[in-house]
Amino acid sequence: MGCGTSVAIENQGRPSEVAIKAAVLIQRWYRRYVARLEIRRRYTWNIFQSIEYAGEQDQLQLSSFFSFMLDNFTQLNGNGPDLISHLLDSAVDPVTEEVRQCKYEQIVVPDSYSGPRLSFPLSVTDTNTLLSAFKEQQTLHGKYVLQLLHETQKFLKQMPNVIYLSSSYAKEITICGDLHGRLDDLLLIFYKNGLPSAENPYIFNGDFVDRGKKSIEIIIILFAFLLLYPDHMHLNRGNHEDHIMNLRYGFTKEVMQKYKTHGREILQLLQDVFSLLPIATIIDNKVLIVHGGISDKTDLYFLSSVERHRVKSALRLPKRSLDHTDVCCSRSSSRQSRRARVDSPCSTGRMKRKKKSRLTKQSSSSSSSSSSSASSVCSPRASCRATPRHPPPSPRLPSPVDMLQVPFLDSIVSLALPEPPKEELEWRQIVDVLWSDPKNQNGCSPNSFRGGGCYFGPDVTQRLLKKHGMCLLIRSHECKQEGYELCHNGQVITIFSASNYYEEGSNRGAYVKLGPELIPRFFQYQVSRSTRKLTLQQRVSVAESSALKALQEKLFAHRSELMAAFQQYDINNTGRISTNEWAQVVESVLRLDLPWRTLRPRLVRLASDGNVEYESCFENISAGQPIPQVTPNLAETMYRYRTDLEIIFNIIDKDHSGQISIEEFRQTWKLFSSHLGVDVDDQAIDDMARSIDFNKDGSIDFNEFLEAFRVVHKLDMKEQQQG
Amino acid sequence: STRYDLYRVLHAALCLFAICSEAIVSELHKRISSAFDVFDHESNHTVDVREIGTIIRSLGCFPTEAQLHDVIAEIEEEEPTGFIRFERFLPTMSRILLEHRFRPVPEDLLLQAFEVLDQQKRGHLDPEELTRYLTQEGEPFTQEEMEEMLSAAVDPDKNLIFYKDFVSVMTVDDPW
Repeated sequence: MGCGTSVAIENQGRPSEVAIKAAVLIQRWYRRYVARLEIRRRYTWNIFQSIEYAGEQDQLQLSSFFSFMLDNFTQLNGNGPDLISHLLDSAVDPVTEEVRQCKYEQIVVPDSYSGPRLSFPLSVTDTNTLLSAFKEQQTLHGKYVLQLLHETQKFLKQMPNVIYLSSSYAKEITICGDLHGRLDDLLLIFYKNGLPSAENPYIFNGDFVDRGKKSIEIIIILFAFLLLYPDHMHLNRGNHEDHIMNLRYGFTKEVMQKYKTHGREILQLLQDVFSLLPIATIIDNKVLIVHGGISDKTDLYFLSSVERHRVKSALRLPKRSLDHTDVCCSRSSSRQSRRARVDSPCSTGRMKRKKKSRLTKQSSSSSSSSSSSASSVCSPRASCRATPRHPPPSPRLPSPVDMLQVPFLDSIVSLALPEPPKEELEWRQIVDVLWSDPKNQNGCSPNSFRGGGCYFGPDVTQRLLKKHGMCLLIRSHECKQEGYELCHNGQVITIFSASNYYEEGSNRGAYVKLGPELIPRFFQYQVSRSTRKLTLQQRVSVAESSALKALQEKLFAHRSELMAAFQQYDINNTGRISTNEWAQVVESVLRLDLPWRTLRPRLVRLASDGNVEYESCFENISAGQPIPQVTPNLAETMYRYRTDLEIIFNIIDKDHSGQISIEEFRQTWKLFSSHLGVDVDDQAIDDMARSIDFNKDGSIDFNEFLEAFRVVHKLDMKEQQQG
Repeated sequence: STRYDLYRVLHAALCLFAICSEAIVSELHKRISSAFDVFDHESNHTVDVREIGTIIRSLGCFPTEAQLHDVIAEIEEEEPTGFIRFERFLPTMSRILLEHRFRPVPEDLLLQAFEVLDQQKRGHLDPEELTRYLTQEGEPFTQEEMEEMLSAAVDPDKNLIFYKDFVSVMTVDDPW
């Protein structure tokens, strides 16, 4: 093929007119082809984001339940033992630091251990050893993890909430966003940008853990560098540096799997270390770096003075702040209201709740948003439901899920005394900084999409920056396709460092460098496991199919509500409704704000008359999905609540052993029964525990826990049918 | 009275037509608005002007870049802001679709276009050859566009573009 390959060369000049026309035609076709791919990519993105944030809301609701339990329980019992607190928080370790240090030193590392060994104080050799060991998939022994965490804890204790840096001592400072357990991304950053050192300072802006499989490795590396270069390595806290978030998003599980013996101790220590991470970093008094953002109540002076370690989890209001409030109003949960919405899908209309600006329309109807600060960890959609509710059409759920239907903290908080207690103000300062997202309209409104923090507009940014004489806000917290994004006239930068976050090829990662002139320079990358570069179409298709799978699971999980609502339109029982009706129903039930009409061809079949065969949207899920062979309704319920049940299980399973001991079970029941005002004696509880412990090994594992839920649910259904 | 009957029939026909066209237009508006919404990140009924091409093309149109610029000039605010408002986009886009402007180019023409470039009729093109045409002639591709296209079009083993295969990739009718 060596001979005259090019027409242009042969003709020695301009190609023929026909050739140009051909080129134009190919260009037109190709651009149209790319446009269609692009729109598919956007849909996929919307699906992932909607589902991700819906999960965060669930988490927040679950937490508000426990917060409520906590405060209510202490109120009821005066000085009685605070069991929920006992369940959620690690017991305060009374031993002194020296004793603990000693204890960790005495842990024996077996000779058979071939992984890396650390000696304190750490040196460059240690960090190098760690990096190469993790590249080879080795694990650091629990002893060293505990020692490292202990040293980190000691170091962080003396750090302020807000760290002030000067760019003058270094050429440039590198700022990285969310890593979420993606070790590959961290290693790639180090490879491209060099290891942290006095000449190469770094700021990691939170969300080191959860979701990815290598969270513990990441924090080990980050903490080791922090101890090695305390003046040149800086870590901000993210909303995932939070032990309650870790229960749902995988970090707790990861630690327990990797550290069978010391896992529990590691988690306990981490809970404290996380709460000691600084909240913000400021460069040259000009650039503010925080994980989420700000609100109209954010006050950097106040933020500098809060006792940050008291906020062990942003998901829980510190104790005592709920005193003197009437907790019996507004009984609802978003779960219930999501279900309740089925009653009139058409009247709901198309509520626009897009990712960034979901807030606008929603918040205007929220009663509490206008007066109080925008922060609203526990104020998801349910708080603004003024419409009369019907009982949910799906069967009543047995405990423990039933207990989710408790008042929201938000509604309690909005009734609170005009001067909220100090703990609450401090807590809000931190929540807003860890959880907020920017929006492009002016003003500040509750972050109803995530359920926590707020949305802040350009005016809020402008005001805060001006007040402190600053020029730039760098934050992370949101996945961006290009790894970074500018908004608020360039005053806000979002930086996100986990590439392929939703799916292989879904997004790039990026980091940003700032020199003394404080002009940001961005660097993008994408970790790819496959050696060959995927084409745009392949990337879109891979991401798309996993997004659709997630969506099908959602549909399946709400099967009975959806069917009930579909049937309202299907008066003649034909099994068919129009595409519009179908789209309306699905949005009214799932509330994911997705373009259902456009997604329709991927989710549901059309009949020959052009109508939708609505039952077909539940078909794909059954293929290859490990759904227990029980009644469809039950499978659906299990599907929907599995994550919640898993979290409840993890909370009861205080030592994270993967087994609920009889003692753990007893403690939890005591708490529940006292909350419910039912008297259950120890004997009955023990009997109950034994009946759940099917394999009679003295403890309840997760499968047994699920099975118990299933049995209870079945009985409950029977009762309902008889009643 | 025959005349009156005729009038009534005509009237009924007109009504029917009106109803039908209203349905068509409302269907059209929904399609346009859902494509627009995907790019309306602020939910404030505006999109970045650079996304308009993607929106129009995703609605099944095949405009040239020049035609696209004409459309943008028509709907852009007096003082170009870099944003396009939905109120201005909707009527223009509806007209485009109703008048069948920027009609799809038939698939066989796409194949023929490649064949024109393949002067020796070998059934394939060199990446360099295609790059030269598409980045220098017509409405030239940017480097990024070209790289993206080659990554999908070039057979990695032979380093050649078997354009017939690529045409079928581009013309596959996805149901989105």
